[in-house]
Amino acid sequence: MTTSTLRDMVTRHHGQPDQQPFLEVVDLRVHFPTDDGLVKSVDGLSFALDRGRTLGIVGESGSGKSVTSLAIMGLHTRPASEQTRPGAQLSGEIYLEGDELLGKTPEYVRGLRGKRMAMIFQDPLSAMNPYYTVGHQIIEAYRIHNPVNKKVARKHAIDLLGRVGIPEPGSRVDAYPHQFSGGMRQRAMIAMALSCDPDLLIADEPTTALDVTVQAQILDLIRDLQSEFNSAVVLITHDLGVVAELADDVLVMYAGRAMEYGSADQLFNRPAHPYTWGLLGSMPRFDRPREERLLAIKGTPPSLINVPSGCPFHPRCSYAARNHGRSEEVRPELDPVEPGHLVACHLTQIEREAIWEHEIAPKL
Amino acid sequence: MSAPAQRPAAADAEQDSNLIIVEDLIKHFPIRAGLLRRQVGAVQAVDGVNFAVKKRETFSIVGESGCGKSTTARLLTRLLEATAGKITFEGRDITHLKDAQLRPLRRDMQMIFQDPYSSLNPRHTVGKIVGAPFRIQGVSPPGGVKKAVQDLLAAVGLNPEHYNRYPHEFSGGQRQRIGIARTLALRPRLIVADEPVSALDVSIQAQVLNLLEDLQEEFDLTYVIIAHDLSVVRYVSDRVAVMYLGKIVELADAEALYSSPMHPYTVALMSAVPVPDTRRRQQRERILLSGDVPSPIKPPPACRFHTRCWKAQEICRTKEPPLVELVPRHQVACHFPENYPPNEAADLR
Repeated sequence: MTTSTLRDMVTRHHGQPDQQPFLEVVDLRVHFPTDDGLVKSVDGLSFALDRGRTLGIVGESGSGKSVTSLAIMGLHTRPASEQTRPGAQLSGEIYLEGDELLGKTPEYVRGLRGKRMAMIFQDPLSAMNPYYTVGHQIIEAYRIHNPVNKKVARKHAIDLLGRVGIPEPGSRVDAYPHQFSGGMRQRAMIAMALSCDPDLLIADEPTTALDVTVQAQILDLIRDLQSEFNSAVVLITHDLGVVAELADDVLVMYAGRAMEYGSADQLFNRPAHPYTWGLLGSMPRFDRPREERLLAIKGTPPSLINVPSGCPFHPRCSYAARNHGRSEEVRPELDPVEPGHLVACHLTQIEREAIWEHEIAPKL
Repeated sequence: MSAPAQRPAAADAEQDSNLIIVEDLIKHFPIRAGLLRRQVGAVQAVDGVNFAVKKRETFSIVGESGCGKSTTARLLTRLLEATAGKITFEGRDITHLKDAQLRPLRRDMQMIFQDPYSSLNPRHTVGKIVGAPFRIQGVSPPGGVKKAVQDLLAAVGLNPEHYNRYPHEFSGGQRQRIGIARTLALRPRLIVADEPVSALDVSIQAQVLNLLEDLQEEFDLTYVIIAHDLSVVRYVSDRVAVMYLGKIVELADAEALYSSPMHPYTVALMSAVPVPDTRRRQQRERILLSGDVPSPIKPPPACRFHTRCWKAQEICRTKEPPLVELVPRHQVACHFPENYPPNEAADLR
């Protein structure tokens, strides 16, 4: 994708083409060398995000969602030299308010974590240290970025735990992670991530392990905190329902690449990529009685070592044959189909609209 | 009135069409402590559950983690033995059968597990895994085990040539298909599936749901499906039971349950489900339940939901509401049900 289309993503919200987006990822590649070959987890991904907005990144396992978020947070192990333990090979650019992060030292990026950017992980039990109390872990992060004494920090931690809905925060602050239930742990981790009011919050499957009632509480919490601090939020999930609920913009990923990008309204009401159609058709609907069988996507997600040539989705795509072999040979660019709505697909706009209107939409 | 005279006959017919009947089922896991390992309490995982599953129907049990739905599944298939109550399968009381007596039963009753990674032996080939039921039960299918296994693989959408491969060579969705092929081997009558698709990606989940539906048709199966995903449950089920802290709080036909839920817990649960429709984002009214599910070691007295219910009154704390059929085919355990009386009944008056 060219930088101009990337700017498109952001400018439609401002009308000021020259303004720098808050977070900008340009042609990000994250590859892992393994004995079996090079795993291309993220392969040429670009997107942009502004403050006060939520970007939902959707995709199935192995599509590169989490690898992308770890790259932004600077959490991939980089190979120290050719001989040592292989780590991730990263290329591309990540800008946080104009500050390029991939070229910076790990120490520099560590200084940004907590205050400038923070992350909520999927599994709170492994993301917290079992040897320290929940309060200790919140206080630690807060005191690194704020010159306050322990007493003030502790009060802040209690405040936060109360805010995220932990009952009796004054005593719970001294509890250990194992003494919390799954939902409480997730809330405690959110409190930890929010302890320094981060400008960028990355939530990687924040509610996947939780029951729906707890999930609803957590989503509300993220929404409230975002409006309060005007943070930029990246929400990574495989659940299109969660995305429809929370995201302003949506990026659909497949095999480490962007397939479609647009506003939530565009993605759900005028989806343009056959993979997005497949995801929508695969979901049983909660909100209406069933009429049709699910429109499952045939086949399985590809290996990231041997990603299919051309469009990575072509072996599973029901419409690839219409492109006269181009799907197998040429990798489609992420191009605009309407302002702010980008799609990487070889189908022509006329074909796409006809298929959506006559074959897909009536069956959803 | 002629109705009472007809009732026994009708009840008999109903008995006949029921494949499995569960009455007052209770499972308490003892908690032991101290030097003498004396019992100091019990996890009341399942506490007085009643339902019947008809032949060829899909009966689902939904609820949040810890509500006792998986324990119920394991009691049905006799992987656990009930503390009290009665399970009748095809007219036979199977609640306390011994291992040797259970073996023939296992032919008729099979289970699909949640995790396709831990439920297949990594050292066995697909042929050995899917053929195991034949060996264990001493069944020799016509044409030999190998052919039977290959037919089964084809039936679940796998390549019969994969007979000699190992589980690690397959993706999650394919492994789940292997597990399903194994459950089908002995042509069971009942399949209990505990979260059959929750470990799978959306696109694969749809494939497996479609497969389960085709197999039901082809093999005349009855399903009991345990799930927490209310969208999946609406899609697959004929009837649905909602569990909360070891008890069924509501049981109804799927469409009735989703269009007019009556128990406040069901209403809250449904209001929390995120819907993939941006146009509804504004209009939705969500009922947020406060706090967590109470501990099943010391569940709240009377109505177990009263600690989190916005409609709770004094009676909810003192008197347990029985599960009663308020509307035909719609059972609810609540003193103050929602959507009741139903609108059409009001019109009749």
